[in-house]
Amino acid sequence: MTMEQSTLDRRDVLAALFPDPDRYLLVAGLAGAARDTAAFTSEVDNLLALGGAMGGAVPMALGMALSAPGDEVAVITGDGELLMNIGALASVASMMPANLSIVCIDNGRHMETGGQPGHTARRTNLAVMADGAGLPSTMTIHSAGELADAAAFLVESPAPRFLCVRVKPGPPAAYKRDWDLAACRLRFRKAYLDRQGTD
Amino acid sequence: MPDGDHEAWSRQLFDLLVEAGVTLFTHVPDFGNARLVELADAHNETQAVLLSSEQEGVAMAAGADLVGKRAVLCLQSSGVGNCPNMLSLVKGGRFPMLMIVTMRGDHGEENPWQYAMGQAVEPVLQAMGIQTIRVEREDEFEQSARAAIAAAFSAGQGVALILSQKFLGAKSF
Repeated sequence: MTMEQSTLDRRDVLAALFPDPDRYLLVAGLAGAARDTAAFTSEVDNLLALGGAMGGAVPMALGMALSAPGDEVAVITGDGELLMNIGALASVASMMPANLSIVCIDNGRHMETGGQPGHTARRTNLAVMADGAGLPSTMTIHSAGELADAAAFLVESPAPRFLCVRVKPGPPAAYKRDWDLAACRLRFRKAYLDRQGTD
Repeated sequence: MPDGDHEAWSRQLFDLLVEAGVTLFTHVPDFGNARLVELADAHNETQAVLLSSEQEGVAMAAGADLVGKRAVLCLQSSGVGNCPNMLSLVKGGRFPMLMIVTMRGDHGEENPWQYAMGQAVEPVLQAMGIQTIRVEREDEFEQSARAAIAAAFSAGQGVALILSQKFLGAKSF
């Protein structure tokens, strides 16, 4: 089973999928996804962009979603980062958070370590894995023409939802993101609690 | 303590955790943590979350912390071996972290597969900057539990409360 060649540039994806990013709490997995998301949002304080802890993005977003049920949570991550802890999709499905969206920017390679092919360049299909894990809504897109439908999917489909965005190989957004996790934690947390009116 | 009789300490620990504001109890199932997790599942204000790998619980606790909430990761000692890289969130990000580790591969363990990781629990956790508080006797349990909770949630540290097989009672195979 091979996937269609994608015509999507990863740098065009997030603006189309998230016309209103301020209404989300955002988590980004390491490497390209973190840069794309940081660039897209100008690294706002409702974004926590990982720079390591590979495999932690989806569980971090799940912990956040379960702890903030009144807020929408979206996690944006890459295929390698997601696969490292793919069982987390089962954990998501077991809890069925109504406020969680998972977006995978799937370029089929480990770009940050030299562009080595990943599992999704071969036979592995992440949306099928998400469906098998038990998520109620899954979708895969490969082209710019499908972005509008994907944006609607992220809002309208039963949650928790999984969107696989197959993108062509190429660099992520050129953006100098913040590597200081302790500072990012304090910034995110303070901004969140201030918005709630508590501390 | 007779094998399987975890009721009293599980209730006591659960009450202490709830009093400390913990709402998320993540776990991979173990005989040692089963009763504690059951209590979390049954209570109106707490949620038990089943993990496929213990490292998820580390990241989940960080996610909860980012929105001002408290979590605990309940795991068997073997699961500590699945955590180190994710614990870089604690060392690098200064996320508070509370782990309840129910031991295998120590006092009286009959399964030889459990010894390697059982004996490595404390060195591995300490290497990742997690303090360890070990419980061997019933009479030290409450004070140790309170100390672990204070370390995590009053002082923002990473800490593991380690319940040894001497305390739990070794399971026979």
